[in-house]
Amino acid sequence: MTVADVLLLALGVVAVGSGALVVTSSHLVRSGFYLVVSLGALAGLYLVLGAELVAWVQILVYIGAVVVLLLFAVMLTRAPIGPSADLDRPALPAALVGAGAGLGLSALFADAFRWVRYPAPDPATAERMGEEIFGAWVLPFEVLSILLLSALVGAIILSRPDLAAREGSS
Amino acid sequence: MHVVIPYVVGALLFGLGVYGVLRRRNAILVLMAVELMLNAVNLILVTADVSVRSALSGVLVESWAAPAAQGVAGPTGGVFALFVIVLAAAEVGVGLAIVLQFYRMRQAVITDEVRLDADADEERVAG
Repeated sequence: MTVADVLLLALGVVAVGSGALVVTSSHLVRSGFYLVVSLGALAGLYLVLGAELVAWVQILVYIGAVVVLLLFAVMLTRAPIGPSADLDRPALPAALVGAGAGLGLSALFADAFRWVRYPAPDPATAERMGEEIFGAWVLPFEVLSILLLSALVGAIILSRPDLAAREGSS
Repeated sequence: MHVVIPYVVGALLFGLGVYGVLRRRNAILVLMAVELMLNAVNLILVTADVSVRSALSGVLVESWAAPAAQGVAGPTGGVFALFVIVLAAAEVGVGLAIVLQFYRMRQAVITDEVRLDADADEERVAG
């Protein structure tokens, strides 16, 4: 057990624990905040694994934008402040499928990688990531920019009531 | 470092996400569980970067696969993780727009109560 292993274990426990609270909490808003903890622990895992840029992008995009967007949606749908009783379906089928997927994949990974030590990687700094993105993966990058643009336009059209009403009256 | 730890963490997070998607009735909580699944995949991609790259150290990759890195495998898993983060941002933007529009029409965010055979004209009047 090296320092990196201890860090990976601790951050992994935090990520999985708060992830479990995200899917079991009966408070909508608390679920969102547990999601922040889980995503932050994942950013720490990325840092330990040497992916610096991914960690900072994770904090910027996920914690900074996605979770804020989710909390906005919680507010705009007038969610109750206290615990809600009608958030969940019966647990058994979902627990069976979820535990099957999670534990099955875990067993697969544990069998494939065992308790083998791998050398710590040289950190994937922004410079190396940039070389990789704009060297080998330029085309997917450009396709993603088109996808972001179309998602932006789609979200605007979906959320503008006057556009929907005009279409309905014609 | 032992890469089996982050791999197992990713697998468990994915299982939790599957559980959340199937269990939750509130559409926003379903989206949160989807975020958990996407993050599990990201973690596995970044970890694969460590294990696969160290297994491939010294092996010359094909020149078309990494022309910028002079024969050394670059952080491809990290690049894929960035792409997945971008996809997740687009997904949550459009998803929340749909959820809010549905809430405006029906005053509900419960996925069980979405009637797929509802009359379209009635929906427009209600919206």
